[in-house]
Amino acid sequence: MLHLILFLFFGAICVAGAVNLLVQSHPINSALSLIVVMASLAAEYLLLGAEFVAAVQVIVYAGAIMVLFLITIMLLNAGKEEHTKGSRVATLIGVPGVAIGAVLVAWTLVGRLSTTHSVSIGALWGAPNDIARLLFRDFLLPFEVTSVLILIAIMGAVVLASRPEAIARRHHSTAPPQESRELVATGKDH
Amino acid sequence: MSITTFIIISIIKSVAVVGVLLTAVAYSVWLERKVSAHIQNRWGPTRVGPFGLLQPLADGVKFIFKEDLTQPHVYKPLYIAAPIIAVVFAITSISVIPFGNWVEIGPWGTYLQITDLNIGLLVVLGITSMGVYGVALSGWSSNNKYSLLGAMRASAQMVSYEVSLGLSLVGVVIMAGSLSLREIVDAQGGVFWHFIPRWNIFHGQTLAFFIYLISAYAETNRTPFDLPEAESELVAGYHTEYSAMKFAMFFMAEYANMLTVACLATLMFLGGWHGPIFGPPILQAVMPVFWFCLKVFFFMFLYVWVRWTLPRFRYDQLMAFGWKVLLPLAVANIVYTALVVALRA
Amino acid sequence: MVPLSYYLVLSGILFVCGVLGFLIKRNIITIFMSIELMLNGVNLSFVAFAAQWHDLRGQVFVFFVMVVAAAEAAVGLAIIIAVYRTRETLNVDQVNLLKL
Repeated sequence: MLHLILFLFFGAICVAGAVNLLVQSHPINSALSLIVVMASLAAEYLLLGAEFVAAVQVIVYAGAIMVLFLITIMLLNAGKEEHTKGSRVATLIGVPGVAIGAVLVAWTLVGRLSTTHSVSIGALWGAPNDIARLLFRDFLLPFEVTSVLILIAIMGAVVLASRPEAIARRHHSTAPPQESRELVATGKDH
Repeated sequence: MSITTFIIISIIKSVAVVGVLLTAVAYSVWLERKVSAHIQNRWGPTRVGPFGLLQPLADGVKFIFKEDLTQPHVYKPLYIAAPIIAVVFAITSISVIPFGNWVEIGPWGTYLQITDLNIGLLVVLGITSMGVYGVALSGWSSNNKYSLLGAMRASAQMVSYEVSLGLSLVGVVIMAGSLSLREIVDAQGGVFWHFIPRWNIFHGQTLAFFIYLISAYAETNRTPFDLPEAESELVAGYHTEYSAMKFAMFFMAEYANMLTVACLATLMFLGGWHGPIFGPPILQAVMPVFWFCLKVFFFMFLYVWVRWTLPRFRYDQLMAFGWKVLLPLAVANIVYTALVVALRA
Repeated sequence: MVPLSYYLVLSGILFVCGVLGFLIKRNIITIFMSIELMLNGVNLSFVAFAAQWHDLRGQVFVFFVMVVAAAEAAVGLAIIIAVYRTRETLNVDQVNLLKL
């Protein structure tokens, strides 16, 4: 009973946050509602007994990735969204279409209620010891590959987001470019 | 024990711990003012009560009665929410910090800790990660270029030093074999070589302690890493537009963060509540808490001492130091600790 | 006791909101956030099935999904900053010419 109440409570917060992300026009409000969704998802993971995954969700997703999004939105400061023709068409066709698809999927899932098991509360069985045993023995290769992936992502992000002059200054020598050398030699302005 | 007893004991513990924490926050402000004054060869607060001990009370009354200006150009929902977020997350992390051992009063017994989780350390790190939002949102909502710049610098700095903060603690976790704060402290009991206590700072994690110390200074935005709120540079950084109670909440959040970090350092590196225990049984029950508070007080004193001794880093020096020096050192410490533990087993 | 399909329905709702956000929204950062929402819905599915079959591999896979989401968010936002520097807009409908 308590499990159902907690699940519905956090589930309602999740859905409200997700819908708010769609409805808000300024991206920063969408970002804040996404943070709320992620925090309530961490609570849902706790209800499913995955304590380590819940902690990592808060630390990585809600505490680092969303800070990155927030900093980018504050840096670029593009303002509210405008409704263009494309977005109106997409809303008109997309919302009913996706809603129908979602209802079909949900009806299929709930129709199979009898064959799926129940999940019990409080049985915290996702201990860090067991997850580490799996992660560093059976899944060692994917683990190392993801570390290389993160390294590539860091390098890519640093290169893509830095200003072109900064890269040019680092690569080229200290000699001034061709144009200014000619100007200095001839003394002409144009 | 029954469920109602459990709930009542938990409520009593929560109220007591939060009350003590808020008083400790107020008196750490007093500590800072007195220590900084003596470092600068002056007296500090002396008029309000003996040694100025009632000064925090006077400050609290001042903050409550000051006019709470809300500028018309701020984005009100986030402007009001940001200090609340900062303070809530700063105070919540005390809920997993253990202060002492099992105590028994009559028929009821409890650990001196609000709750003992298997992943207590990760909870503290998670709450620290969420504390960045108070800073970032306050800068954004103030609608002021100094605030925004200060907030972005502060949040980038906090996120960067969180990495080396967490990694410096992994060595301790490897040695203790658990993420639960109580078990980490229990692993530091006893002595080796007959008189050196088996605290982690003496038992192999000295480098990790210093990495943790430096990352903690940067994480709580204290000198020498306090450029985001440097008065001469950015007016007051992300809390420029705040006055009275909202500013007091940011202030409280900063000192509560310092206390949390100091508590965590005591638990991880300085042996928690372990210390010489002697005397009659009633004294023996209180001694662990006394040792814990003494170690936390030493850490806070170190905080204030460093603040008034060192100049501040420039922002690019700060970020370069965090990523290029502290992070490789922390990772090297993890590799070394893991090698030693694996070869010894 | 909560039946597993309730968790799957919640995961489906989150995924559907992510898809809707991807289709409707015109701000590129909001589109990225919808992608993160979709990934979160999938994570919930993984953890729910891991709880049902008592198999920890579901939770291990959640780590990999989080790592990939983080890498994609970092590189994607860097690309957005680079595009914003030249085109001065974050509206995807206006980034429709190869050369300005």
